Amino acid sequence: MLALDIRNLNKKYPHFQIKDVSFQLEKGYIMGFIGANGAGKTTTIKSILNMVQVDSGEIYILGKNIADHEIELKQEIGCAFGDIDFYTRSKIKTLTDITKKFYKNWNDETYYNYLKRFKLDENKKIAELSRGMKVKYSLALALSHGAKLLILDEPTSGLDPVSRDDLLDIFQELIIGGEISILFSTHITSDLERCADYITFIEHGQIIASSEKNELKESYRLLSGSEAQLNEVREHLISYKINSFGFTGLIHAKDIDPSSSLRATTPSLDEIMIYFAKKEDVYV
Amino acid sequence: MIVTISNTSEKPIYQQLYEQISAQILKGELESGYCLPPIRQAALELHVSVITVKKAWEELERSGLINTVTGKGCFVAEFSPDEMLRIRNETVLKQMESDTAYYKSFGLTLDEVIGLLNKIY
Repeated sequence: MLALDIRNLNKKYPHFQIKDVSFQLEKGYIMGFIGANGAGKTTTIKSILNMVQVDSGEIYILGKNIADHEIELKQEIGCAFGDIDFYTRSKIKTLTDITKKFYKNWNDETYYNYLKRFKLDENKKIAELSRGMKVKYSLALALSHGAKLLILDEPTSGLDPVSRDDLLDIFQELIIGGEISILFSTHITSDLERCADYITFIEHGQIIASSEKNELKESYRLLSGSEAQLNEVREHLISYKINSFGFTGLIHAKDIDPSSSLRATTPSLDEIMIYFAKKEDVYV
Repeated sequence: MIVTISNTSEKPIYQQLYEQISAQILKGELESGYCLPPIRQAALELHVSVITVKKAWEELERSGLINTVTGKGCFVAEFSPDEMLRIRNETVLKQMESDTAYYKSFGLTLDEVIGLLNKIY
């Protein structure tokens, strides 16, 4: 069963658009949503939550169309946007009391466990929290009403390495039963190397790839060789860099000539992102 | 069962898992009937993704090293000494294949390789 099924989303703004965005997340798994700043991650996430009105496209959550079942489905979704910039002069306690009224399955015990785990003090005002603390607080809210699908926009940014590690542990604990699914956007790819099952990569409002993590990495190769060898492959390369040792470039694994003697390695997620970003620069 | 994962290695993590566990089975360190941890539990404890563990377990099953009993879990298979030898040789051959490609890239002949092996073995 699919936890999330996004089909052909389109949304046009004066200077930016997301185009034909489609991807699926199977129930019980973690998907990382990556892309450079401004690639369309947040717009896509907000469209899923119906916080942005899309021009066209369909979104199914746990098998139901969100356009028809929005209120019901939102009980099943936990979302966090990293920052909280409303009611900043209220105490955590006050804001929680307001939030929990909206959720049928709110669980105080779970909530207080997270407060304790995140070392959050209920009596602090939102304005007094550091960025990392705000992230943790918004996560505590997202995780305390029995959500089946978590949609988190950059949950790890602003967190120190220890807190990030703890958060990834929480993600893995949550999916252990196979019932909860997580979609989270990030540009800290080491988080994904560790716990993501699937990766969706967006660039300039379009999905470049969406597949199992290792498959995605294996579908590209990082080639290196001398400048003379560059000519053999230049037209197939997504982009390349030249230095005094020769060149390094990213290529689709299917475009590699099997008889080629060039050194080929599997790129990291960072490298894939960097070379795709570089490709765009060429056209500018 | 002892597993060490390197995130900096060129080898995919599922392969690291497969190689380390299969070696332990073939050396008899994990006896037949030993129950492997559930996939999602192992993923959490090893700090790797669920699919990574799934792939490693599937690979072990394909090699005949473990059996999956639906609803119960994955168990180290029982094999005769002959089968053990066959699987061991297959595993070693796989490694030798990639090593051989490396030797060939330097243009070594088989005799030269054996000569060098004799020195260090």
